Amino acid sequence: MRDRGSILVPAVLLVLWHLAFLLAGFLAPYDPAEQQRELPYIAPSHLQFRGPKGFHLRPYACGASTVVDGPAPCYPVHFFVHGCTYSFAGMPWSVHLFGVPSPGRIAILGTDAYGRDVWSRLLFGGRISLAAGLLATLVSLVLAMLIGTISGFYGKWTDELLMGGAELFLVVPWLYFLLVLRAMLPLHLTGAATFLLVVGVIGSLGWARPMRLVRGVVLSARERNYVLAARGFGASDTYLLRRHIAPMTAGVLLTQAALLVPQFVAAEAALSFFGLGVSEPVPSWGNMLAVLQQYSVLVSYWWMLAPAIALVITSVMYGWLAEALQRSLKSSSI
Amino acid sequence: MKSYVARRLARAVLLLFAVSVLCFLLTRLAPGSFFDEIRLNPQISPQTIAALQARYGLDEPLPLRYGRWARSVARGDFGFSIAYNTPVAQLMWAPAKHTLLLGGVAMLLCWLISIPLAVWSAAYERSWFDRGVSALTSLFISIPEIVLALALLAFAMRSHALPVGGMTSVGFDELTAWGKAVDIARHMLAPVVILVLVGTPVIVRHLRASVAEVLHAPFVEAARGCGIGGARLLFRHVLPAAANPAISLFGLSLAALLSGSLLVEVVTGWPGLGPLILDATLARDLDVVVAAAMLGAAMMIVGNFAADLLLLAADPRIRTGSPDAG
Repeated sequence: MRDRGSILVPAVLLVLWHLAFLLAGFLAPYDPAEQQRELPYIAPSHLQFRGPKGFHLRPYACGASTVVDGPAPCYPVHFFVHGCTYSFAGMPWSVHLFGVPSPGRIAILGTDAYGRDVWSRLLFGGRISLAAGLLATLVSLVLAMLIGTISGFYGKWTDELLMGGAELFLVVPWLYFLLVLRAMLPLHLTGAATFLLVVGVIGSLGWARPMRLVRGVVLSARERNYVLAARGFGASDTYLLRRHIAPMTAGVLLTQAALLVPQFVAAEAALSFFGLGVSEPVPSWGNMLAVLQQYSVLVSYWWMLAPAIALVITSVMYGWLAEALQRSLKSSSI
Repeated sequence: MKSYVARRLARAVLLLFAVSVLCFLLTRLAPGSFFDEIRLNPQISPQTIAALQARYGLDEPLPLRYGRWARSVARGDFGFSIAYNTPVAQLMWAPAKHTLLLGGVAMLLCWLISIPLAVWSAAYERSWFDRGVSALTSLFISIPEIVLALALLAFAMRSHALPVGGMTSVGFDELTAWGKAVDIARHMLAPVVILVLVGTPVIVRHLRASVAEVLHAPFVEAARGCGIGGARLLFRHVLPAAANPAISLFGLSLAALLSGSLLVEVVTGWPGLGPLILDATLARDLDVVVAAAMLGAAMMIVGNFAADLLLLAADPRIRTGSPDAG
């Protein structure tokens, strides 16, 4: 029972974390692609509670404005304001959690080279990066499940062949292989196509390790007495697989998922960082980090590192979940 | 025993062949080619492009091209780089040496740091030292390599403590031999620290677990009873018994010598294989990409093979084919 609790905490935190990116349109005050060329690399606006008439409960955002002359004025932050439209659940919406009145801009994480709001891009980019990681994990685990089950259940030469194939995928250095695979595909594609490509490429590389684990579970499950008994009663292979063997792999698959998602999110970031993944103007954590390849940006504008921090938070939370899952898997198997 | 080695060797060779076919097929089935950019230029006629393609043999059927490529690998050329107009081997020689230097130093440091760290934190289980090491390993294992690299780079640039980019300073040629070595070492510091921070936690975690397990074994009690204790017990008796997972990991880190530092090299501007293969990918200079991937895979296979041999030498249970071999 103590284990259940220790899984629950990271799981709930992760759900909240993903929910934030799902609601990107609401939490972000601006469109991620909207440019303000006259406001490049603005430092994050600071909030203060002193308005024109002394102390004020309403926070004021200072530092960013399209008004050219004079010191940057402060603007009152309003909540549930109407701004640019975004689509959520198939409908257009225009309500945002916060915003400032018009000549002012609120940039809580600053702006990038084109004056785009980094906070908004972080949220929308996180949507892409997390979705890529999750989908790639799904691809990987489905492959692992299929191949591992077949390999463990049917054995003999099928097993030999599939295990050989898995070894091939374990032997190839994955980042090189990612590049080779990427090299084989067209460089310039539309946004959706590149996204699916990245997901496919990353997902089809990671199946070998979970497949070995699934195979191990299936091998031992096949020989359990109740499975043998069911077989003796005339159960077909598909029934045995569906009813008795597949459910036993759930624990392993869940743990592997928690390990794979952060790796794949980082893989997407690496690919896009190299300019081989999700491409502009669609934001992703990887291509947001790509500007840091210019050392001057890396040194001068610390807020451009925001996606890196988001990556760390994602990985730490998934790592926490994976550890909790592993512990409960171990204690339930004893 | 001999048959075991022979079997592993045959498997390694077979695997290498499979990797070569896979890499070759994947890249050649690609719709794009090196001449795509040229094709966009209206001043170059289709005939010229066709002639160019024929010159580099890009219009022949696949098995033929694989045969030609395999022959060039056997000659030691590893294909032909269209972008640089030289055999790939010449192109890769210097970067491979740089990568090997970087990877070798990083690997040495990784193991020198992680073995004592793992053994001591297992020996003092649940002490503040052990807790600290565990917390740090958990943290660094979950930080993605790319983030670590960028963060350290930002730190190095801001503090001006380390030179970043390339592996030599401007006046490198005028330096004495000692000065040259120091200069390279200074440039290497940033990428090496990143690689060590990425590599060490994994080793520490696995090694600590296996050492902790062995420490609970009866023979350790017996040794303690005989008056053997302290460092001698830990490093002479416990460590060899707990070495198997570490040896497998050692094989992996040997395997990653050439391919493990790709990202770090690109980020820090180290002139190794990483930037070369990335540029080749972007330019669709396929032979270079394939050769680099092959080299990486070959290194992986060699590393795993070396780990198998080391395990064989270290563990009598494997030598005799005993079923309880760990």
